[in-house]
Parts: sequence; structure tokens; C-alpha cells
Amino acid sequence: MKGFKKLFGWLVMLTIPFLLAGCESNLIVFDPKGPVARSLTDLIIFSIIFMLVIVIVVFALFGYIVWKYRARSDDGNFEPEEEKGNHLLEIIWFTIPVIIVIALMIPTTKTIYEVEDVPQGYEEEEPLVIHVTSADWKWIFSYPDQDIETVNYLNIPADHPVQFKMTSAGTMQSFWVPELGGQKYTMANMQTNLFLVADRPGSYYGRNTSFNGKGYAHMDFEVQALSQDDFNDWVQEVHDTANTLTEEKYSEILEPTVIGRMTFNNTHLEWIDHAHGGSEKYLNPELYRISHGHEDHEGHDEKSEEETDSNEDQTKTEPSQSEDHAHH
Amino acid sequence: MSLDEFFVTGDPLILASQIAIGLTMIGLIALITYLKRWKWLWNEWFTTVDHKKIGIMYIISGVLMFFRGGVDGLLMKAQTSRPELEFLDAQHYDEIFTTHGVIMILFMAMPLLIGLMNVVIPLQIGARDVAFPKLNALSFWLFFAGAMLFNVSFVIGGSPDAGWTSYFPLAGKEFTPGVGNNYYAIALQIAGIGTLATGINFVVTIIKMRAPGMTWMRLPIFVWSTFITSIIIVAAFPIFTVALAYMTLDRLFGTHFFTVANGGDPMLWLNLFWLWGHPEVYIVVLPAFGMFSEVIATFARKNLYGYKSMVYAVAGIAFLSMLVWVHHFYTMGNSAAVNSIFSLTTMMIAIPTGVKIFNWLFTLRKGRIEFSTAMLWSLAFIPCFTIGGVTGVMLAMAAADYQYHNTMFLVAHFHYVLIPGVVFAVFAGLYYWWPKMFGFKLNEKIGKWHFWLFVIGFNMTFMPMFFVGLDGMSRRMYTYSASTGWAGWLGFSAIGSIILAAGFAALCYNIYWSFRYASRDVGNDPWNGRTLEWATASPAPHYNFAKVPEVDRLDAYWYMKKEGNTGLKKSDLKPVHMPSNSWTPIFLAVVFGVVGFFLVFEWFTLAILASIGIVVGLVANSFDYDDGYHISVEELADEEREWRGDLQ
Repeated sequence: MKGFKKLFGWLVMLTIPFLLAGCESNLIVFDPKGPVARSLTDLIIFSIIFMLVIVIVVFALFGYIVWKYRARSDDGNFEPEEEKGNHLLEIIWFTIPVIIVIALMIPTTKTIYEVEDVPQGYEEEEPLVIHVTSADWKWIFSYPDQDIETVNYLNIPADHPVQFKMTSAGTMQSFWVPELGGQKYTMANMQTNLFLVADRPGSYYGRNTSFNGKGYAHMDFEVQALSQDDFNDWVQEVHDTANTLTEEKYSEILEPTVIGRMTFNNTHLEWIDHAHGGSEKYLNPELYRISHGHEDHEGHDEKSEEETDSNEDQTKTEPSQSEDHAHH
Repeated sequence: MSLDEFFVTGDPLILASQIAIGLTMIGLIALITYLKRWKWLWNEWFTTVDHKKIGIMYIISGVLMFFRGGVDGLLMKAQTSRPELEFLDAQHYDEIFTTHGVIMILFMAMPLLIGLMNVVIPLQIGARDVAFPKLNALSFWLFFAGAMLFNVSFVIGGSPDAGWTSYFPLAGKEFTPGVGNNYYAIALQIAGIGTLATGINFVVTIIKMRAPGMTWMRLPIFVWSTFITSIIIVAAFPIFTVALAYMTLDRLFGTHFFTVANGGDPMLWLNLFWLWGHPEVYIVVLPAFGMFSEVIATFARKNLYGYKSMVYAVAGIAFLSMLVWVHHFYTMGNSAAVNSIFSLTTMMIAIPTGVKIFNWLFTLRKGRIEFSTAMLWSLAFIPCFTIGGVTGVMLAMAAADYQYHNTMFLVAHFHYVLIPGVVFAVFAGLYYWWPKMFGFKLNEKIGKWHFWLFVIGFNMTFMPMFFVGLDGMSRRMYTYSASTGWAGWLGFSAIGSIILAAGFAALCYNIYWSFRYASRDVGNDPWNGRTLEWATASPAPHYNFAKVPEVDRLDAYWYMKKEGNTGLKKSDLKPVHMPSNSWTPIFLAVVFGVVGFFLVFEWFTLAILASIGIVVGLVANSFDYDDGYHISVEELADEEREWRGDLQ
């Protein structure tokens, strides 16, 4: 039975460097690009250290005990003594997890409260308000103060707090830009709030994490953090070049499709805010009828078709120091 | 509705399955007819009320469902093994991860555990059957009807495709208008009634049917964990019943409990689902803990360390399990206070769980550890489950969860909890109690193959998911682009899943091999066990114990053996009263299945007509005056002589 222990030891040894490597590599969650994401990453790394200690202690104890007390042919087939529990020991291993829970709970609560508000150091600045409306299977971003609406991409000023007021036109989704902060659900007839800040200009990966049907895998978007000047230029440019969104066009966008990017010089908030109800007006269950088999590539065709008629201004405002991330 | 809509068409994979299912059915019917086994099947299995046979039928169903759910899993791994593969389309992938989840939790884990509970619990408490044997049969057949109804969905009408959690509003008619999610609502309801009845049955059995002298603190630990599990079933399943009823009303009759339109509240579904769903996790994990405890004590050849604290730990976990459901949606916009409180209650579960881990380690300490296959599963459970546990604590921290929620990190975590916690336990339990069920052991050598392939495959499949999750991959994505950099992790994971599947194949081969070739001479107590189930013959006779044993301490059988007190005097024998077989449970379940099928397709007239059968079954059952039968002393003595030799 020697092979058993050896192989098991190998398995254990194999996992630990993997876990350690996770903390140092450029896994997206460990690569924060803003204060909100950074406080989450700090909390995560803090917890991983505790967890690694626990794993190492339990694995070591386990390995030692299983090895030392294995049955051997020369042990005379002895019968071990019966053991009652030991109160002191049991109290010890009751107390240790209690202490660990307390140690984890304090920074957890602190961080939970912290990320609900404007990030520290930005309290004085007036946040840019962006309404997020998720639909099947696209993201619609409305800038009420700038009077701009974009689909499937989001431009924000860097080093400036952004307040997202989020809702959904139908199914439940989850808005997540891992490099900038944690996720939150978007729900019809509801409004959820999220604050994010990007330290520097750059391009960040965002997506929906809450499964909402056939086009779900394609429901991602790009967040471009621009310098304040570039952002202002972009706003001006949209006003100069983009089309106006009509309600007719809007209900077409809300149909369940995978589409490309779009830009408009007004917002749909003029006629509906899905946070306050009324979404059913745009819903049509018949569009969700399914068919089986590979002949169905409707979603993809739609994408290429839409991309051609959407505004191409996005390419013009490529930020100068765009950070290339593996994602996108 | 045209035939084309009725049968799922257009997908070669599904077409192949349809043909395969058709051929298998015809083949099975032909085989049974050829072997003239119909009468035998009806008398010995379909109408049986014997807890051991019901347990075995649960286990067979569980293994079959394991295969089905496993194939779903393999298809998912194949589809994501390379970026932008076109092996499955989005719709097919969505259906498969939905059925994978539902089947693995409700139709694989549950029946395998309930099956082992059925076989073992009455034997461990020295009883002749459960408290309500006929209800027990009804439980099984309702579960089976629910499982079959659910499985038929992928060839007839289309499978549910909103995830095993079936979150509204997605799962409502507004966004999934087909019949797929009707299957979810109705099949789970039928199976759920069976599970609820099982819970009630075991609570009563354990309170009322214990052998004389078996006080609460002399209960084997598996009985304790089953008892507490049954209480959670009774507490939690009605919540699911109500949630599914609302879902059915929404989908079939146009109500607005969970819809977007007309003031429905999808968040209510999330709350109800997880108010049941989180306790459900403990419903499957707690009996597993009990099994590990039995196996570890037996093969360390020691009593369980800290028995009382183990009991309190199980009770504590059960209590906390009802107080943590919000951690499944920290990201739903709850206040910071709510998230903080639920972070705390969730992390507190780690305390009793930690106590259990240390008690197991100290049971092993100073023991004489024999590496039987059952023991290997129990040992591998400890480190693997520890990884699942610590990542669970990480997920419990609400703020950190904002970065893990709905990602592959979460998927990796719950597979690291449920596979070591439940599947390893079921394997340990199968190897351990197999001789008690069938009178022969599973082969140990093939068992080692099964073990190593499965454990290595499991770690290879699910470990990479932690990392790909931390790299921003959300769950349930049927495809991804090469530029994400996830291909390496997912390719490795896909290879792991093949090894995992090979492990499962080794189990199936082991069952086949052992049925044909294993030695039938295993005696009543092949593992040198400690509890009462080993005091009677293997396989256990239908009356379980010729004379109900008397218990004067924990690990009663262990001390009976030491004191040479295992014999049987013929003068102690009395006639044994046994329950008769009954046709009503299987009849009712078939009718439930038919009614359910009609409801799925919203054929209400047919459904109402068919439900007359339910009334017929219930009336027939009420006028059943069969009080069972008696086994005479002579018959008992004859059967006992067969394995004991002469009686004292």
C-alpha cells in the first residue's frame, strides 16, 4: 500500500503550488485596476493566506496520521484501544475555527460597507451617473447628463468615480467588470447601485455572469477608461456624429438578439426607465421560441448585420495608452 | 401541436439517443419476456415493501442517473475543451447543464443516499422494516416517476433550459415559452412528494423503531445523521413544494408570482428556491458524513472519536443550514447589513464542520488503518473536502464573493464539496455495505482502479476551474474566444473528465465482475463491523433479525462479539409479523407520471381524466385490510441455521 501514500502525497504537493501561483499570476481577479477592485483583492488575498494555513495543517496532520497508523504485517494485527473524546482537545479545535471566523469577519464587514459607497479619496468629486439597462443579450448604457446612449461598450473618465444605476429590461443579469470591482445583479422593476473607479485610462473586460438564455455567452462589453479630456472629446463627437434613438429603434434593440456596438445622441430614459416598471410593453415571448439542431445561427447573423449599421465612432477614440489585457 | 414539435428533432445527438432509447426499451421488454421474468419482477420488486429491496432499487436508479448526468457533464467538458467549438449549440448546451445539475443533485445524489439509508438504517437500529413500509414504496415509485418524466424531456418536447436553479424571470413563460421548464416544475414536484414522505418515514422510524436499550446516545452515528437529515427534509421540502406550485401556476395558468409583468417578484423565487436549496445541500452531505464516520471507525478498528461532539456538530450544521440561504445572492443588491449577517452565519458552518474533520483525524490516530476500498474513499474525502470547505469560507465572505459569484470558481467549489462529500461517501457506502445487500463483496482490486482513476480525474477536472474562474470566466458559457487565455485550463479539465469517466466505468465493470465471479462466502461480518447490521446474515434476510437484538451501549455488536454473545437460542424465537406486498404504490406513481406528462403539455382534459386514477388508487388503498403475514418459528429457525449452523 506504499503506492497509495506516495501518490496521495504527490497530489497534495501538486495542488499547493497551483494555489500559490494563483496569487501572483495575472489572473484577472488578482489584477485590480481601481480602488474598489483593489479592496476586494486585498480581502481575497487575506483570506487565501488563512485558508492555505488551514489546508497545510489539515493535510500535514492527515498525511502524518494515515502514514504512522497504517496497518502493517508486522504489527501483530493488534487491536487499538478504545478512546473516549478529550474535552480539552475538542474545545481547542472548536475555538480555533471560531477565532478564524472572527478574524475573517472583521475585514469582510468593513469591505462590504466600504464598496457600497463612493471609494475613499473620491468623496469630494461628483460621480458621473450612468444608467445600465441589461437586455437579452446586450448592455445598454445611458448617460443622462451627457445625453448619450451606447450599446455594448462603455466609456468612462479615468480617475473619477462613476455611479451605475442598474436595471434590466427583462431577465436578471449581473454586471461585472472584474478589474474595476465586484458584480451586482440587474433586475427589471428594480434599481441596484454600484460605484466604480478606474485608476488609469485603459480597456477593461466586462460581462454578464447571470445566465439568461441562448445569447448569454456573448453578453460581454468593453469598458474604456479615457482621460477626462478624451472623455469630453468623445462626448462632443457623439453629439456631432451619432444618430438619434427612436422608441421604435429601441424596441428593436430590446428583441432577443446578439448585436454589436451602437451609439446615440439621446437616451431611452426619455420614454422609459425599466427600474420603474413598464418593461412588459417590450416583451414578446414568441421571439424566445426555440429550435433544436445546428441550423440555427440566428444570433450570429444578426451580429454581423447590426455591426454594419451601427456607428463606427468607437475606433476613432482609441485611447493612446490602452492597456492590452488578454481579455476581450 | 405537430409531431415535429412533440419529438425533439434536428439534432443528430438527440436523434441517436432517441433511437438508442427505443431499441433499449424493446430489447429489455423482449429479454424479460424471453426469460419469463415478468411475474418475478412484479412480485419480488415492483410491489415489494421490503426496505432493503426498495433501497436497492433506489441505488440502481441512482447509478443509472449518474450515468445520464455524467454524460451531460462529459458533453459540456467536450464543448468547452477548445475555444469556439461547434460541437453543441447554445440551446443544447443550456439544456445539458440544466439537466446535469438537476439529475446529479435530485436524481443521483438523493436516491443513492436514500437507497443506502433504506438498506442500512432499519438494520442498524435493529428493526424489521421502516415505520411505514408501504409509504416507503410509494416514496420510491414517486421519485422514479419524477425521474423518468424529467428524463423523457430531452427526446419529447425539449429539456428545461434555465439552469438547475431555474431563476425567474428567465424560467417563466415570458422568456421560455416551450414545454421544457414545465417538465422541471412538474417532475420535481412529483419526485419531491416522494422525498418528503421518506423524510417523515425515517423520522418516525428512528423515534419509534429502535431496538430495546438503544437510547439516543447509543445510536450509530449514521442513524443520527439520517435522523437529522430527515428533519431537514421535513422542514425544507415543503418550501420547494410551494415554490414549484407557484412556478406551475405561473407557467400553466398565467399567474404572476414571479413574472416581470403585472407586479410579479422574481426575487421571491430566488429566496424560496434557496430556502430549500441550501438545506438540500446538507440533506445530501449529512448522511454522507455519517457513512464516512462508520467506515473510518471500522477500518481504523477504533470507536469514533468524540461521538457526542459529532452528534452536536451534525445538529449544529442542520440548524445553521436554514440560516444561510442569502449567500447564494449576495449580489442581488442587499443592504450591507444583510450581507454581513449572512456572511457570519455562513462562515459559522465551518466551525462544526472543522470539529468533524478533527474528530475523524483523531479517530484514525492510534488506530490500525486498513486501506480497503471503502476506507480509501473515506480517507480521500478528508483532503478533497477540505479544499471544498476552505473555498466555501472564501465564498462566504460577501465582499469577496462579488468577484467569485457565478464564476467557474463557484462551480469548482461546489463540485469539491459535493463530489468528495457525497459521491465519495456513496462509493464508500456501496463497497462497505455491498455484502450486506448482496452476500458478496465488490472486488477490491478493481475497486482500487475505480478509486484512483476517479480521484485523480476528479482533481484534474475541477482544480483548473478555480483558476479559470478567478480569471473571469463565468459559469454556463457554452463558448469562449481564444483570446481569453482559458483554453489551457479548460483543455486540461476536459482530459481530467475522461479519466473521471474511466473511474465510473471501472465501478460498472466491478459490479458486473463481482456479480459473476466474487466469492459468495463472506459471512455475516466481513469487515469486523461495530454496529447491528453485521449481526445478521449477508444478504440480510427479509425479516432482518430472527430475534430483535438488545442494546446496552454504543457499538453494540462490537461488544456482543467480544462477550461471545452473538448466538441464537431457538427458544428465543417468536413468530415474526411482516407487511404484505402492495400494488398501490407503483400504480399511484404511474398515474402521477401520466398526469404529470399531460400537465407538461398543458392537455388539461386528459390530465383531469387521468387523475381519476389517483383517486382510484387512494380509495383502493384505504380499503386494503391486509394486515400482513407471520413467519413461523420453524421457518425462522431453518433460515437462521443456513448461516449460523446449529442454533443453541
